[in-house]
Amino acid sequence: MKAIKNIGLVIFLIGLATFTVIPVIGTYQLDQNTFEEIIKEKNIKSDAFIQAVEQNVVDKEFNGMLSLSPAITTALENANAQHKKNKEYKKVIYTSGHDMAALVGKKSGTGFIAQNKGLMWFFTFGLGIIGALMFILPNVILLGKKGIKNDGIYHESTTNRGWIAWLVFIFLVSFYLVLYFSPEYAVNWTFLVDPISESLSGNPAGHWFVYGFMYCVVMTVMAIRMYIKYRHNAYQMVRTTSVLFFQIVFAFLIPEIMVRLQMPYYDFKNAFPLDYDFFFQWNLKSLLNSGGIGLFILVWGIVLTLVIVPVMVYFFGKRWYCSWVCGCGGLAETLGDPYRQHSSKSLFSWKVERWLIHGVLLFAVIMTSMTLYSFFTESGTVLGIKTQSVQNTYSLLIGAVFAGVIGTGFYPIFGNRVWCRFGCPLAAYLGFVQRFKSRFRITTNGGQCISCGNCSTYCEQGIDVRAYAQKGENIIRSSCVGCGVCSAVCPRGVLKLENGPEEGRINPTEVLLGNDVDLMQLMNKK
Amino acid sequence: MEHVLIIGNGISGITLARHVRKLSDKQITVISSETDYFFSRTALMYVYMGHMKFEHTQPYENWFWKKNRIHLVKGFVQKVHTSDKKVELSNGTFVAYDKLVIATGSKPNKFGWPGQDLKAVQGLYSKQDLDNLEKYAPNNKQCKRAVIVGGGLIGIEMAEMLRSRKIPVTFLVRETSFWNGVLPAGESQMINEHIAEHHIDLRLNTNLKEILADENGQAKAVVTDKGDTIPCNVVGLTAGVTPNVDFLKDSSIEIGRGVKVNRFLETNISDVYAIGDCAEQHEAIGNRRPIEAVWYTGRMMGETLAQTLCGNPMEYNPGHWFNSAKFLDIEYQTYGWVFSERNKKDYEEHFHWRHAKENICITVAYHKDTKKFLGINTFGVRMRHAIFDRWLTEERDVDYVMQHLKDANFDPEFYSHYEKQIISKYNSVMHTSLSVKKKSWKRIFSKA
Ligand SMILES: Cc1cc2nc3c(=O)[nH]c(=O)nc-3n(C[C@H](O)[C@H](O)[C@H](O)COP(=O)(O)OP(=O)(O)OC[C@H]3O[C@@H](n4cnc5c(N)ncnc54)[C@H](O)[C@@H]3O)c2cc1C
Ligand code: SF4
Ligand code: SF4
Repeated sequence: MKAIKNIGLVIFLIGLATFTVIPVIGTYQLDQNTFEEIIKEKNIKSDAFIQAVEQNVVDKEFNGMLSLSPAITTALENANAQHKKNKEYKKVIYTSGHDMAALVGKKSGTGFIAQNKGLMWFFTFGLGIIGALMFILPNVILLGKKGIKNDGIYHESTTNRGWIAWLVFIFLVSFYLVLYFSPEYAVNWTFLVDPISESLSGNPAGHWFVYGFMYCVVMTVMAIRMYIKYRHNAYQMVRTTSVLFFQIVFAFLIPEIMVRLQMPYYDFKNAFPLDYDFFFQWNLKSLLNSGGIGLFILVWGIVLTLVIVPVMVYFFGKRWYCSWVCGCGGLAETLGDPYRQHSSKSLFSWKVERWLIHGVLLFAVIMTSMTLYSFFTESGTVLGIKTQSVQNTYSLLIGAVFAGVIGTGFYPIFGNRVWCRFGCPLAAYLGFVQRFKSRFRITTNGGQCISCGNCSTYCEQGIDVRAYAQKGENIIRSSCVGCGVCSAVCPRGVLKLENGPEEGRINPTEVLLGNDVDLMQLMNKK
Repeated sequence: MEHVLIIGNGISGITLARHVRKLSDKQITVISSETDYFFSRTALMYVYMGHMKFEHTQPYENWFWKKNRIHLVKGFVQKVHTSDKKVELSNGTFVAYDKLVIATGSKPNKFGWPGQDLKAVQGLYSKQDLDNLEKYAPNNKQCKRAVIVGGGLIGIEMAEMLRSRKIPVTFLVRETSFWNGVLPAGESQMINEHIAEHHIDLRLNTNLKEILADENGQAKAVVTDKGDTIPCNVVGLTAGVTPNVDFLKDSSIEIGRGVKVNRFLETNISDVYAIGDCAEQHEAIGNRRPIEAVWYTGRMMGETLAQTLCGNPMEYNPGHWFNSAKFLDIEYQTYGWVFSERNKKDYEEHFHWRHAKENICITVAYHKDTKKFLGINTFGVRMRHAIFDRWLTEERDVDYVMQHLKDANFDPEFYSHYEKQIISKYNSVMHTSLSVKKKSWKRIFSKA
């Protein structure tokens, strides 16, 4: 068994290593026809850029993106600088250098990777999946009897912020940096999944497709790990199945299929304000131009945020979204599960959390109000501030850096819910509802708590569950995502997530069950 | 300002300190020799097993004490001078008090076995015990086998700890079946089986005779009363605990096994009190033992005494008995009284149900004439404390309890429910035809 695991690990690492070097290898050769296609597609009017590319790039063979990318970006920057100087604003190219390099790379990729997509898929994704499964499946036997299996979590480098954790951290952060800021290095990855993308949407894959596909693969593999680890706990099994379903079907398949059907790309479960660009002008325009389905999406998006989300939170708590449906939550609960213990439980972090998450919500609301104002009045500025630049700031700081790079990249160090706890504006909104008007609570079982601290340690949202449990108080916190792990790890059966009448939800007992009734009455009277 | 001095920073002493602070402005000092800050003894095992770090066992952040003006002193009290109202620390300093609370907890039993003080022979009680285990049993290369002596709750925790590092464990238990002084036979049998499932070498009906030393004065083997010699590198002594009161021996405070107290938790000396594991009631309360060495009672005594010290004299008056534990993977809860065959009252009758495949079972005790419900033990099923507490107060009969079991179920959502199976077995042994009532929030929240 142990041997299978080790072989699996080696196979996985080979897959991962191949995946990691792919961005910088491969050959590109741009021919004149393809370049003209690009000029047409991108409506390029810059003679300077066209000339430079024709001179330096077209019909030349480039080895690796490291040499192609600078050729394109320099050409583009020089051309733009020249046009701006000469005030030829019509000729300025607004596509970024990185995107342009990605486009050229995608169209001009030749050589082994681009010609052997299936094989290369197998050497990266294929080996990764096989290796990971070989590593995970033996746990069915190795973990022994059903029950909570947290042995050794604080002894291992991976899960105790050791060097492996730091390597994973570096890998994840770099991955997100490439994705958001240097997509040209993702071009070779897109080749691997072209066949899959073409079979779904009919189009070749872009780097976001790679991300979406990888997201599903990682979640599926890590969900299998969840199934094995928590096989004694039906709540975890059902919940894991749910997040996996919503990720694969709603976030991945349906939007791709909609594109094939000439409909707008839309993830029906992604609610505003997490889906922060829902009200951006380009999106509204595209929806309004897509006929019936576009209108339906527009109405659905609004109803989802204003009605469905709060009503569901009233009945089930914010868990129905955060740990049953949401994609960010889904990754956190699968890939992130081994790191859940790293969320800080200090009072200080709780303070930071409240300032940050509500700050982001405020930011999102202000930005969207400006957006809508600009949309309806057709003015680009509100009170002298450019709507576009506020949107760009939000997209960069919150959408890319906070949600992506920090949100997932920091899993191995700060725990798996950094974004959900400190940043997600939707979570802040759901949190209000959960805290003040909901049937959900975590019931504390009278006086049974022994203050051991397992619940607090494994709460991914950094809630000091024990602080409530040892006082016999129910846990009613806006940030609780209802993952149910506190209840799963409690050795004394103290915690139960449940939906019940609002009356009796908050139980401020000063003295615990177990002492005689007079004393309790006395304390409660005070 | 009145000075409340507390010896011992365990659950009882700390609960007292917190509640005194809530209720008053008194000066509070807590002296303890074990650790700087309060931690949960019950969680020691999880640190060794790698579920938690030691800091996670501390329920309050370090700034908490200063903020709440609870003055912490690390030191060992070696003498109490009740006539001068002073305690003497081992470093020679004296601390004066107006009220003294002894909350010094327990220490592991040692029954005079030859070799009991050797190196690598230890109980599992204190932080130092945890450190020692880490030293002598860091892995299964250095510790090729461990022998645990005494089959109680701490013994099985220690076995689980060692098994988490794949260290072979031999478990010597005096009784003929695990913990059968407390558990009824069916349950005890299920735990015997579960211990075997974890590859622990359980030797029932076996006593320790002697521990043999190697040339460095470290344990190398144990000899049992069956004549077996079992080579090992660590010996765990987990045959119960006794109050930690030796330092009071030549004070005027009355000592039995523990510090003798009345229902107000007062000792024979005025302004001196005792709470927690180290307190011994003159008369046992109800079916309870005079010394209750459990977490909850320590906490409850702390809560009660705080009232008394703050001008609201109050008897320690525990409600219905409850407790919980975990045997490897099996959770155990109990509400009310279910006695083992050995200690069963003559009016006490049991209904027992065990799942055909899973490690799940319950035992319900009732009065054989009146059918009054007396208590329940559950294994692998969680139950709602508040409900059983109320049913006991309301003196429900066992039929009522069986019909309303769904109200009491506290398992996580989506778990399988067994009320139907339980009641059908109940019907067949008791010749009744009851059926299970649906869970009702209204009943759950109604007051007794
Ligand atoms: C491994 C383990 C698991 C347990 N699990 C459970 C469980 O699951 N459920 C349950 O109900 N109970 C459990 N218990 C029992 C429970 O922990 C005790 O009942 C409880 O901790 C007693 O609290 P206390 O405040 O009375 O004393 P303690 O926690 O023992 O605290 C007393 C403190 O006083 C200090 N002290 C003693 N003498 C002196 C002195 N002369 N000078 C200065 N300081 C002194 C000691 O060093 C100690 O720190 C467990 C116990 C152990 C050891
Ligand atoms: S409190 Fe419990 S259910 Fe809520 S987020 Fe924390 S671990 Fe999950
Ligand atoms: S895990 Fe359970 S027993 Fe331990 S502190 Fe949390 S609620 Fe209490």
